[in-house]
Amino acid sequence: MLGLSRKDTSFLLIVIFLTLATPLLLQPFPEDSALAQFNAGYPDLMQRFAIFGIFAIGFNILFGLTGYLSFGHAAFLGVGSYSAVWMFKLLTMNVIPALILAVIVSGLFALLIGYVSLRRSGIYFSILTLAFAQMMFALAYSVLTPITGGETGLQLSLNDPRILGVSQTPEGNIPVPHLFGLEMRDSVQWAVGGWEFTFNAGYYFCAVIAILVFYLSMRIFRSPFGMMLRAVKTNQTRMNYTGLNPRPYTLAAFVISGMYAGLAGGLMAAMDPLAGAERMQWTASGEVVLMTILGGAGTLMGPVLGAGFIKYFENIFSKINDNVLHAWFAFLPDGLEDVVVAIIHPFVGKGWHLTLGILFMLVVIFLPGGLVEGYRRLTRAFRRTPRPDPRRDPEHHPGPVPHVGE
Amino acid sequence: MTTNFTRRGVLKTGAIAGAGVALPTIFTSRANAYTNEPTGDTVTLGFNVPQTGPYADEGADELRAYELAVEHLNGTGADNGMLETFSSKSLTGQGILGKRVEYVTGDTQTKSDAARASARSMIEKDGAIMITGGSSSGVAVAVQALCQEAGVIFMAGLTHANDTTGKDKRANGFRHFFNSYMSGAALAPVLANAYGTDRNAYYLTADYNWGYTTEEAISSATEAMGWTTVNKVKTPLGAGDFSSYITPVLQSDADTLVLVHYGGDMVNSLTNAVQFGLREAQKNGKDFQIVVPLFSRLMARGAGENIKGIFGSTNWHWSLPDAGSQAFVRSFGTKYGFPPSQAAHTCYVQALLYADAVERAGSFEPCAVVAALEGFEFDGLGNGPTLYRAADHQCFKDVLVVKGKENPQSEFDLLEIVEITPVEQVTYPPDHPQFAGGELGACNNGA
Repeated sequence: MLGLSRKDTSFLLIVIFLTLATPLLLQPFPEDSALAQFNAGYPDLMQRFAIFGIFAIGFNILFGLTGYLSFGHAAFLGVGSYSAVWMFKLLTMNVIPALILAVIVSGLFALLIGYVSLRRSGIYFSILTLAFAQMMFALAYSVLTPITGGETGLQLSLNDPRILGVSQTPEGNIPVPHLFGLEMRDSVQWAVGGWEFTFNAGYYFCAVIAILVFYLSMRIFRSPFGMMLRAVKTNQTRMNYTGLNPRPYTLAAFVISGMYAGLAGGLMAAMDPLAGAERMQWTASGEVVLMTILGGAGTLMGPVLGAGFIKYFENIFSKINDNVLHAWFAFLPDGLEDVVVAIIHPFVGKGWHLTLGILFMLVVIFLPGGLVEGYRRLTRAFRRTPRPDPRRDPEHHPGPVPHVGE
Repeated sequence: MTTNFTRRGVLKTGAIAGAGVALPTIFTSRANAYTNEPTGDTVTLGFNVPQTGPYADEGADELRAYELAVEHLNGTGADNGMLETFSSKSLTGQGILGKRVEYVTGDTQTKSDAARASARSMIEKDGAIMITGGSSSGVAVAVQALCQEAGVIFMAGLTHANDTTGKDKRANGFRHFFNSYMSGAALAPVLANAYGTDRNAYYLTADYNWGYTTEEAISSATEAMGWTTVNKVKTPLGAGDFSSYITPVLQSDADTLVLVHYGGDMVNSLTNAVQFGLREAQKNGKDFQIVVPLFSRLMARGAGENIKGIFGSTNWHWSLPDAGSQAFVRSFGTKYGFPPSQAAHTCYVQALLYADAVERAGSFEPCAVVAALEGFEFDGLGNGPTLYRAADHQCFKDVLVVKGKENPQSEFDLLEIVEITPVEQVTYPPDHPQFAGGELGACNNGA
């Protein structure tokens, strides 16, 4: 269906189902249970899953396919956010024009930075992109304060000259971003038993876009263009000798992934109309690299999983404080309770970085292919398909290659 | 592209998609009068403080203060802290409006984005009715705007830039901490007394919003006293080494250096300045002097010896003799073993002020709380008689001018109070040029 093979179609359908059912899947524990702390089905985090999923999918088109490691992708995210907020300030609170501008502007920036940076490869390329991104961060943080709002971030105010729309609502508040009247903040709650599910308009908007761009990246992965990009990753020198110039291909991949980042940035601003300079900092660029590697670089689903993992840790683990821990272990005798809490304490709350770091190390050491490889190993173990015994294959038939889409 | 669209397939897909789109509208949203209306026997407050990053020390102290405030509000603490000295007597130690106070914490990381994400999760996931905390103005402004949109109250923590209650003020946000303008107005006369009225000042300013507003406030206040401004140089935030910025100071004809830095930056720049011999230097026949507009005890501890004799301003200091300050220092000291910082004080007071406003309003409804806080006059919370001005939601109270102590008695006894500047001297009209350009708007109850 839609130009995809049977296997890809079913994969896409699974992804669509998972994305649309996210509000249910992320809310596995009843509200009043102690484990409700681990529920992640609230609008802000779900939106973040979708948005950073888009960001990581785009990054993967560059890093996963061509092997060019950009350390400055957050710059495009920031550019997208700033353009979207300016669109909200000047034109309309409808999110569509904002997103369009975000994609165009970030594409232009990517073209410029990519044109310069792609003259080098390997570590030099990474350093160049890092330098550009840090430069843009520094500009946004201080010199360009009139345009970017500096440290405070660019935000809407009560006297924005909105051409198509009102500066303030009749109640005297700033209007909120909407899609032809459907406010991104709108959500409906559904209480069943002890559970409470939140279906948020903004999340579903992000989810639909995420599915569309996931489909697009799937098509890119399967296209001749994608094959060229893989060739760049495999052996660029050989490609040169066959008479092919890899530069246009890498530049196109760079611009496409920059536009993905810009789209993610625009969506971030659409969900929460503020653009802060910190989202362009090098730590933010490093984060998307971590997401992609954690999930599995070069796979379709990996970066999305990685993005979900990191955002989950950042938002859920960082909120477990000593108070919560004491409540969990209250059943233990007093002395023991304090010991257990003291042991867990460094790994939660402000120590969430530590837990994530350990997890990242474990994945890189034991699952070099990321979480996707872990999933593959699990399914293989359960299917009990007999591993082909190399001794019984004297003619060395090529082994089964894992499907790239997995 | 393979053409495997069948009529049946298209119809099926359409039906599924249609059902998917229609699904959410089947359920009706819960009818609440305002965002996160507390319906059970507890009420949840959100404490959003920096737990990692450059201001983590202050964040930790803020969190300690909030925990203490919750104990006092619930009546479960060793004593009642400032509830005893607070001029309003509506708080009884029975929680707020009879509901037990619970809290959730989050990490702002001193980044606007992270702070907003953390605040949103408190509002959306944990049902927080009020967000408070923070240790930088960028975060305060960002979270304040978010709370306005979401329809909850924001009680700012440590935020000193004029913008928080100036061009970025919001109806749902309130600031107890003093601001850059007040620092300038309080410092200038003291500086003129101590160093004379014909000084040439050189500014090293942290390159972000707080730096800009503070630099403007100090320079305009001292220029009114007769000082001249030689140069204003922006320095990047978080630069470990400021020596390259100090050398030009020595070569200029400035005889006073104003370090508009905060936290670790201030510790580093002051240390550099002292290492370059600025304190022993002579210029224009006068001793060279250094001024630090915003002081905190945590910074003073970091700067050590270098802080001695240097003037600055602060919102509150634990050595203040009034009953409110003493009660707070006693409770805090009993629980944690050391005196609280100014960040801890302002956060503790903000929590109490919110709780009290809810009690007086008789409702958690944000607009009712805003009405109860606007124009509220109170005393007994450590800063003398204080007014929450209705026009911009800024507290007006005395400002402390402090000096690094020459002979500290302990590691906490680093600052001595030089003058308590009366509130009249630091009051400004709401439309003062340094605060112009913003509107409070209307309070928002959310949905």
